[in-house]
Amino acid sequence: MSLISLKDIQKTYYMGDMSLPVLKGITLDVERGEMVALTGVSGSGKSTLMNILGCLDRPTGGEYWLDGKEISKLSNDERADVRNKKIGFVFQNFNLLSRTTALENVIMPLGYTAAHLSEKKMLDMGKEMLERVGLADRMDHEPSRLSGGQQQRVAIARALVNRPQIVFADEPTGNLDTKMSEEILRIFNEINEKDGVTIVLVTHEMDVAQSAKRIIKLKDGEISSDTVLRK
Amino acid sequence: MRKLRVLKWALKAICRNPTRTFLTTLGIVIGIAAVIALMEIGNGARETLAQNIANMGVNTIRVWPGTITRSGVSSGSSGRANITLTDVNAILKGCPSVVSVSPVVNVRGQIIYGGNNWSPFSIIGVNEDYMKIANWSIEDGEPISKRHVTRGSKVCLVGSTIVRELFEGENPVGKNLRIQNVVFKVIGVLKTKGANMMGMDQDDTVIAPWTTVKTRLRGAGSTSLSSTSTTSSTTTATSTSDLYVGSLDLYPSSSSSNRPPVRFANVDSLIIAAPNQDEVPQAVKEITEVLRETHRLAPENDDDFRIRTMAEFSEFFTSQTETITNLLLCVAFVSLFVGGIGIMNIMLVSVTERTREIGLRMAVGARGSDILKQFLVESIVICLLGGLLGIALGHGLSVALTVLMKWPSSVSYDAIILAVGVSVFVGLVFGYYPAWKAARLDPIEALRYE
Ligand SMILES: Nc1ncnc2c1ncn2[C@@H]1O[C@H](COP(=O)(O)OP(=O)(O)O)[C@@H](O)[C@H]1O
Ligand SMILES: [Mg+2]
Repeated sequence: MSLISLKDIQKTYYMGDMSLPVLKGITLDVERGEMVALTGVSGSGKSTLMNILGCLDRPTGGEYWLDGKEISKLSNDERADVRNKKIGFVFQNFNLLSRTTALENVIMPLGYTAAHLSEKKMLDMGKEMLERVGLADRMDHEPSRLSGGQQQRVAIARALVNRPQIVFADEPTGNLDTKMSEEILRIFNEINEKDGVTIVLVTHEMDVAQSAKRIIKLKDGEISSDTVLRK
Repeated sequence: MRKLRVLKWALKAICRNPTRTFLTTLGIVIGIAAVIALMEIGNGARETLAQNIANMGVNTIRVWPGTITRSGVSSGSSGRANITLTDVNAILKGCPSVVSVSPVVNVRGQIIYGGNNWSPFSIIGVNEDYMKIANWSIEDGEPISKRHVTRGSKVCLVGSTIVRELFEGENPVGKNLRIQNVVFKVIGVLKTKGANMMGMDQDDTVIAPWTTVKTRLRGAGSTSLSSTSTTSSTTTATSTSDLYVGSLDLYPSSSSSNRPPVRFANVDSLIIAAPNQDEVPQAVKEITEVLRETHRLAPENDDDFRIRTMAEFSEFFTSQTETITNLLLCVAFVSLFVGGIGIMNIMLVSVTERTREIGLRMAVGARGSDILKQFLVESIVICLLGGLLGIALGHGLSVALTVLMKWPSSVSYDAIILAVGVSVFVGLVFGYYPAWKAARLDPIEALRYE
C-alpha cells in the first residue's frame, strides 16, 4: 500500500460568482522512502497541491489516502493531529520564531506532539536534530544571527524533530543562493536515504528537481509528466 | 499540551516586549491598586469604628429630652421636655434590664491653671456610675465617688489632653484648676482613649460631679424647664438655668425653701448601661415605658425624649463608610474595565503581529484549542502580573496614607484574593475574543501573511 494515494483530487476556488479550478483531477501514488520533486511554472498549482498533501487544506473533490486513511473529509482538529504525528514542513521563508533560540525553535512542535516528554528529553531530541543538520555550535543563536542556509537547516531540524514519515518542502531553496541550496538538498537526500523519510519538495528550478528520485510536472492543474530518475 | 509549557511560552512572549506589556497592564495596575488601597483603608476604618464603639461601650444607651407634642401638635411657647433626676430614679427602679444610669450635664468654657488657659472639647457633670458606663478608667488618682456627687464637691477628673495642654505634662492630681472662676480640685487623670469615630479627641475632657456642675457653673442643663419659664420664649431658654446657679442646695434634705429641689433640675442627657449588647433593645423598651409614665404621656402623644443606642451609631457609621467605599470601588472597577479593553486591544495587535507564528504552530500540529489556550493564558498572565503590581502599589499607597495622614488601614486578605480573581477574570474575558480570533485562523492564510 502506498504512503500517499490521490484519486482524482480537485481544488476549485470560488470568488463570488467566479470559480477558479486550480487542480483538475490529480491522481498519483507516492511510496514510502521516495523523494519526489513537484515542478511546474508559477501558478500551475504546486503549492495548492502541497497544502492538500500536507493536510493544511481540503480538496473540493476526490480522495486522499495517507498511510491507509482517507484524509480529505477530516475535521480541522483531526487534520491537526495528522500533521502532528505524520508530517513535517519546511517553508520557503523558513518561518522560525524570532527572538527564540535555534534549539527552542526546533523543539517547539514537541510541545504539541510529545507533551508527555520531559523538558530535558525534548532538549536532547532538539540537540540531536541540530547536530544532524550540522548546527551543533549554533544552538543558542537566535534566527537573526543565522544565515539563510543555517535558518533553513534549523527549520529542517524542526520538521524532523517529531520523527515524521513524510516531509513536505515548498520551495525550500527559493530564498537561498546556489551553495546553500546544495547544502540543503544534501541534507534532504541524507535523511531520505538514511532514515527513509519520504520527501516531497516543490520547486520550479530544474537543477533542484534533479536531486530528487522522481519528478512530477504540473501544468494548469494537471500532471503533465511523471519521471522516475532513480530508485 | 502541558500546562507548564503553555505558561512558559506565555511568559516568553510577554518578555519579548516588556515595555509594551507594562504599558498594557497600567489600567489593570491602577484599577487593582485602587481596589486594594480602598479595601485596606475601608477595613482600617471599620476596625477603628468597632474599636471606638467598644470604647464607648456597646451596651450604652443615651437619652435626650425631645419636643413636647400634645395630640400630635407641637406645643406653643416652650417645646422642650425635661429629663430630671426623677427620671433617673424611675429608670433605676422600673427597668430590670438597666444596670446603671448617670445624668450628664454639659458646660462650655475656659479652664485656667496658673497662667495657662484652655478650652476643653467637653466639660461634663456626671455621677459616680459614669466611668463604668462610658468605659473610662483612671490612670492616676481616684474616681468621682457617690459622696462627691451628693455633696456637690468641687472636684474633677481630667483627660490626658488637658494634662498636656493645661498642666504642660506635670501631674495634675491634687492641683486646683478654675472653670468659670469656680475652683475645682483635680482628683484623678483619665486613661487615654484617643479620637472617637467622628475624629473628636475624647481625652480633651473634664469630668466633675453633675450636682456641682449644675449648681456652680453657668449653662449647665441648658434645656429649659418649661413649668417655671412662663414668660420667656425658647430663645431665652438658656437663661432659665441661671435660676439655680450658685445658690441651689442639692438634695431635699438640705434644700432651702424657695428653690425647686435638685431632683426637678433638668439635665442635658442620660447615659444608661444595659448588662450587655443583647439586652440593649429590651432596656430601650423598658426605658421608653418608664419615661412615658413619669412624663405622663397619653397613649396618643409622641415620646418627648429621644433614645439612641451605640448600635444605631455604629450602624450609621458603618453604612456611611460602606457607601463611600462602594462608590470608590465602582470607580476602581471602571478603571479595571478600561484596563481590560486595553488588554483586548493589545492582544488583538499581538495576534495580528504573530499571524505567521500562529500559522506555523498550526502547521506543526497545534489544534485551534491549543492556540486559544496559549493566547488566553498569555492575556491572563499579563493581567495577573498587572494585578500583582497593583496589589503591591495599592498596599504601598494605603501604608503611605497611614504613615502620612494617620489614616487607619489594615491588610485585607479578602481584597488580595479578590484582586487576583478579578485580574484573572479580566484577562479571561478580554483575552477571549483575540484568542478566539487567533484560534480560527486558517493555517494557509496565516502562513502566507506578510
Ligand atoms: N486562496 C486562493 N484563492 C483564490 N485563488 C488562489 C488561492 N490560492 C491560490 N490561488 C490560485 O491558484 C493558482 C495556483 O496557485 P499556487 O498553487 O500557489 O501555484 P504555484 O505554487 O504553482 O505557483 C494561482 O492562479 C493562484 O492565483
Ligand atoms: Mg507556490
